[in-house]
Order: sequence, then C-alpha cells, then structure tokens
Amino acid sequence: MEHDISIRIGGEAGQGIQTIGLALAKTFQKSGLHVFSTQYYLSRVRGGNNYFQIRVSDRPVRAMSDRLDMLIALDRKSLEKYMEELNDGVVLLDAEEFKIPSYDKQLFDVPFQKIAKGTGGSKLYTSTVAMGAVLGLLCFELRYLEDVLRDTFSKKGEEIVHTNILAARAGYEHAQNNYKDKCKYSFAKAGRTSRKMLIDGNDAVGLGALAAGVQFLASYPMTPSTGVMNFVAAHADRFNVIVEQAEDEISALNMVLGASFAGARAMTTTSGGGFSLMAEALGLAGMTETPAVIFLGQRPGPATGLPTMTEQGDLLFALHASQGEFPRCILAPKTPEDAFYLTAKAFNLADKYQIPVFIMSDQYLADAQFTCERFDTSKITIDRHLLSDDELRTMDTYRRYSITPDGISPRALPGQSKHLVVADSDEHNEEGHIDQTADNRILMMEKRMRKLKGLTMEMEGPDVYGPQEADVTLIGWGSSYGPLAETVELLNEEGQSLNLVHFTHIYPIKSEEIRNMITGKGTTVCVESNATGQFAQLLKAEAGISVDMNLLRYDGMPFTPGYIMRALHEKKVI
Amino acid sequence: MVTIEDYPDIETEWCPGCGNFGILKAIRKALVNIGKAPHEVLMVSGIGQAGKLPHYMKCNMFNGLHGRTLPPATGAKIANHELTVLTVGGDGDAYGEGGNHLIHAIRRNPNITAIVNDNKIYGLTKGQASPTSELGMKTKVQTHGVVNTPLNPLALAISLDCSFVARGYAGNIEHLAGILEEAIKHRGFALVDILQPCVSFNKLNTFKWYTERVYRLDEEGYVPDDRIKAFERSLEWGDRIPIGIFYKKEKPTLEDGFGVLGEGTLISSPKDQTLVDELIDSFM
Repeated sequence: MEHDISIRIGGEAGQGIQTIGLALAKTFQKSGLHVFSTQYYLSRVRGGNNYFQIRVSDRPVRAMSDRLDMLIALDRKSLEKYMEELNDGVVLLDAEEFKIPSYDKQLFDVPFQKIAKGTGGSKLYTSTVAMGAVLGLLCFELRYLEDVLRDTFSKKGEEIVHTNILAARAGYEHAQNNYKDKCKYSFAKAGRTSRKMLIDGNDAVGLGALAAGVQFLASYPMTPSTGVMNFVAAHADRFNVIVEQAEDEISALNMVLGASFAGARAMTTTSGGGFSLMAEALGLAGMTETPAVIFLGQRPGPATGLPTMTEQGDLLFALHASQGEFPRCILAPKTPEDAFYLTAKAFNLADKYQIPVFIMSDQYLADAQFTCERFDTSKITIDRHLLSDDELRTMDTYRRYSITPDGISPRALPGQSKHLVVADSDEHNEEGHIDQTADNRILMMEKRMRKLKGLTMEMEGPDVYGPQEADVTLIGWGSSYGPLAETVELLNEEGQSLNLVHFTHIYPIKSEEIRNMITGKGTTVCVESNATGQFAQLLKAEAGISVDMNLLRYDGMPFTPGYIMRALHEKKVI
Repeated sequence: MVTIEDYPDIETEWCPGCGNFGILKAIRKALVNIGKAPHEVLMVSGIGQAGKLPHYMKCNMFNGLHGRTLPPATGAKIANHELTVLTVGGDGDAYGEGGNHLIHAIRRNPNITAIVNDNKIYGLTKGQASPTSELGMKTKVQTHGVVNTPLNPLALAISLDCSFVARGYAGNIEHLAGILEEAIKHRGFALVDILQPCVSFNKLNTFKWYTERVYRLDEEGYVPDDRIKAFERSLEWGDRIPIGIFYKKEKPTLEDGFGVLGEGTLISSPKDQTLVDELIDSFM
C-alpha cells in the first residue's frame, strides 16, 4: 500500500505549532519514512494564524501536496480557514475549547488541555498530547515519538522526559480508544526504508559553511536568513568560528571583507533589504578582489514587503547590484542537500577567483525540511588558493594585483611575510596603489573580467528531469525544483509529455551548452516566483534564449504541483 | 630594530602646508618608537584626503569605502589579532558617513587605534561643512553659515565609556606622536581626534588659530582616569582647547571575548572535520 498524507498544524503564534510540527516530522523521519515539511507564518511573535505542514510518504517527497488529509486545529480560525481544503480529511481539535459538538464524521475531539493537566499537571504538555493523538489516529508506533521526546528533553532532566512521554501516551490512547477505526489513514503497516537526514534549507547552508571551514560570520538578523546565522552561532565555539552581530548590514559585509582580506574564510547572511545596504561593499569586494560568501534568503519586496513569505524576486538585483562592473557568481540550491554542497563550493569559488559568491535561497527553502541521504563530507574539499609561506619567502617582490593570463593574482595575507599586501577601492596598479591612468584602467579592468572565463568553466549546466525531449519544457531555478519535478512526474503519468530543465548554477551561465539543451522543439515555460520573469530575462540576455511563456507567482506563497498544473491548463500548454 | 628608514617618504598629493603632513610624520614616529615593522602593521582607511594617508606609508593597507574604516578593521583584527591595526579617515568619514560604526566600535572595544584627521571641513569635495564644522561657518553649501550643532567626538566617546580617548594637534608632532604611541600600546579601542588645519578650505581653524589656543592636559597635572572630569574637559572649546589623553580605562577587548583567540589567531586555528560528521549525525 502506498502512503502519502499531508498533516497541517494550525493555530496562533506561541501555541506550539512549530514544536508539534518539528517533533512529528522527526518522528516520521526516525521511522524511515520520507518527510517534507514547510511553514507558513506571519511576522509576529504572538497571535495571528500560522501553520506547519508535514507531508509523509513511503516514497521520496520534495514538495507540498495540494491535498490536506489531517488538520490539527489549535484555534478556531484554523478550523474556519482550512476546513474547505480538507475535502474528506479529518480534524483533531479540543471540542470543549471551541464549544462545538464533540464528534462528527470529520471532527475528532481530543481534549488536549484536559489530558495535559491530567497527566502532566500543566497545560504546558498540550503540544505533546497533540503529537500523541496524531500518531494514535494514524495507528503509528509510538516508540519513535518517545525517542524524539527523549532527545528533545533529556537536558531538562528525567522527570520532564517521563512526563512528556506520559502525555504523549495519553493523547495516543485517547485517539486509539475513540477513533481507531474512524480514520482512513493508517501507517501501521507502512514500509520502512533506510534512515535519512531531516534538515531544512537554512541549517543545510550553515552545515555546508561549517564543512567548508568558515571562520568568520558577520550579519544583521533578517528573516528568512537569520536561521543560518543562528545555526553557525550555535556551533561556533566547537568549530572555532567567530560570529559577530553587526550594527547594520553595511558593517556586516565590510567586516566580512576585512576578515577575508586578513585571511579568514568569511560569510554574511541577509535578505533583500539588508542586501540593499550591502550593495556598496559588494563593489568593494569586486574592486579589492576580496573573497566573500553572501547568503541571500529572498522574501517578497520591495521595502519591508512580506517579511515571512517567499519569492524569487532578487535575482537581477543580486546580478547587477553595485556601481561598475566586476565578476561575481550566483548559486541557487534546489534542496537542502544541494544547499550543503553548493555552500561548500561557494567558498572555494570565492577563494579561487577572489570574488563575491551568492547563495540565493528564499523563505520557502529556508524553512522547508526534507528527508535526504546523509551528507557525504568526503565530497567536500577546502581549497584556499593562498600563497604558502615558502612561496612568499622565495619571492623578491610581491604585487597583490599582478597581471596574469587567467586574471587571478596570487594572494598573500597581511602579516604573513615581509611582503606588504595593499588593497584599494580606487582603481589601482599591480601593487595596489591608486592609479588613475587610462592604460592602467584597461589592464586592471581586463584582468578582473578575465576571471569570468575560468569561473564559467566551473559552473554546472542544468539538470534535465524527465525525458530528454518533450512537448513541453519547464524551466526553473533554485528552490522551485521540488514542485516542478513533481509536476513533471504527475503529468507524464497522465500521458502528457513534459520535462524540466532546472538551474542551480545561475551566473555566469554556460550559454552554448544551455542553448543546445533548450532549443528543442517543445514549448518552453519558465516558472518563477516573481512578477517579471527575471531568470527568463537572464537567459535571454546571457544565452540569447527566448522562452515561449512565463509562469509566474508573486503572492508570497510557494509553488505547489497543483498550482503549476492549473496555470499550465489556463495557459493551454497542456 | 625598526628605524625611521623603514618608513620612507613617499610623494603625496596633498596641498603644500596641509595638516596631514604632521599627522603622517607623527604616525611613522609612533610606530618606530614602538618597534613595529611595516609588515606587522595594517592601516585601514576611508575616502577623503585623510583616507589617502596609507598610500604615503609603507605598510599593509586596506583603503576601503567612505565612512567604512572600522568594520573592515574590526574584521581584520578578529581574523589576525597579531596585526597592529590602525584606521585613518577624516571627520566626514569617521563622524558623518561612519558615525554608526564609531558608536558600535566603541561598544565592541577591539584593540584598534582610530585616527581621525579632523579638519572640520570637506577637503576632497572642496569645501563643504563637516559634522565638526563650527556654528556660523560659511561654505559654498552652507551659504548662511552652519546651523547644525557641531559633533563633539570626545564627549561622544567618553559618554560611551570608550577605553581610550585623546586629542592631538597636527601642529605639535612630538606631542601627537606620544599620544599615538600610547593609543597603539593601549589594549582596546582608542580614538585619537587630531586637530588638523586645512590650508585650502578652512580659513577659520588655522595653524595660528589653534596655536594660540591649545594647551597640554599633562602639563596641568591632569590624570585621565576619571570619566566625569574627562567629560568636563571634552566640553572645553574656545579660548583654551585641551590636547592630550582625556580618558583611559582598561576593560576587556572584543578579542578577549572570543575563546578561540586565546590559542592563537583565528586564521591559524585548527579545524577538526570529524565534528562536521558528528553534527550531520544529529540530523539522522
């Protein structure tokens, strides 16, 4: 039997939605099932209406489903708002709290608070009761949740662990005793596969940075990028990393450049508004040829925009930010797994080409948890591309910006040797001192821009998902991979002919290779979370490829296969 | 041994008679007296006539953006705290464009010496008011005279309990070199505001004007250990203008707060990649 259900926990901020969601996702993962989770929240610490949604299946899942099978309603608003999405699904709620009849075909009453007080003596255990009740309804073995509770609360002492387990059992038993045969979803016999990691996009970027040997991170907190800063800070002491919270984003990237100039692997994390303040320092990185990794977690703008929602609206901004011209690199991971490896790659590219490298994510990927294969650290290398002490000892003179065929000037660090390291934001000569002559300008401009050639060779072409040739080719970039791939799967199962050409290496682009891949006979549809088709514009400008159609979403919500399929129907592509 | 020959003269683009010459001389002198060789020193500068100063020095240098001397200096100091890090910029750089960075650098207290060539005018853009321009000073932009209250950098720094606050005068190189020497030797953030006549654009605060007014705090038996007294002195401006060290306080530096730096520099800190695998396992 095939299992694929979606569970939503809805309620006010502060009601423990995330606690329940994370614990359930972990529970399913620990049992060996595939999990995908995502969050919808408003920019507030208390109140409002938020939800956490988990899709659990015995086959790989990498997108939200458009079907909702179970709703845990912690407030009345969740019931009112999400009921219609349920179709024939079920709701778990505390009937007494909502003052509604205790049972009908869809509404299953679990007196969360009463049970919590009865077993734990406190309303604090309400969330744990709810977790137990969900598993009871699904006839899912409780031991996995017990393991999760043990991991979560062991630091707080055995008594807290024990009370939580009791509360979970009480919730479980209530559901089993009252509704055992009334829920059509049962995971009692779900097939078990091998253990996977469960990780979200932000943690994966943080982990990638630690694996790459990041030494310094300076940032100003901004949703949805803050998770990366928090993650690195949480592990900073053990990993010999220094994290500094800057007074503003101007300072953050300037600090990163100072640290990088002096030899530290350094990164900053931000979102569009903060990145706006970094535009000046981005050019400084370009001019002084100082490596920097910039994690840009996108959210809908302009200005404050929709702080907790998602969009891919900053691509052309990242590509063009700062006055003047200089090489830069943009990578956009498609999954947390990809984010791990691409982040490590970003550091190597930044060091090798002495440029700023972007990792572009968005709120959707930042907060979405995926199950995936264990990250393989043997695939990670740390290539600093610095002159060694011995090399410097044998050099008579050292010039920071020496002219080379590939444009890369060997890099030494200040204080490393007797040789002085001079960097300047003015146009400068090979030594690094101000030089405003036309001849020098041409030499230096060409030297810097030559680096793009080598960099382009390091870019990977897009993934082709589905058949090589198809009637319709969907084009996507970054975080939309999951819903796009699932769309292709579902439509091909229906007998349609679709494939997906998906990019994670965004800039510089390998124009020729891409032209060969995309100029097939099918209709091309570029699918993006923005209003102007920014990636389509990039394809046109860089590779001379014109897509036939744009499929755009800019309401702050992530793509789902259902949304894409409806839009393709409307456009009469399928 | 480090000698003044290690810091040779380099041709400059400053106006003849500029106050910057005295400041440049004093910086060289201070570094020689402390015994710091050029390769041990990193100067981070901003934009403006003062921002060009490191180009006329022989040492490591990062000439960054206008107003942004302190953030890259802080980053570099964290990365390699064995470097002697000095920042240099003008009053527009440090107190205008970079005002917020100054406030927070004082709060962080990195072991950095911030030198501000304070000529109370914008020189590179040829004569607009700066944050420290005196009330009433007429310029080509402030045509009716400056109406904004001048920023008092010393009072600001002392109010933030900055660990070292001093004022020098470009017309007294010996005294300025002494202050800079103390500032560089001091463990913590040191702000050295330097009265610098601008011979081209500031016709008010001239060498003559300053020489008639400045007096040395140390010659009056002043001891820079009291924040309230320091604040009082920082407000003194008019017929008598105090120069010297106003305030000095030992307190933990930014670097002291990072355990990893106790073992050596950040850039030489060991990496244990097995920890990455352990961390990955916690997601299984």
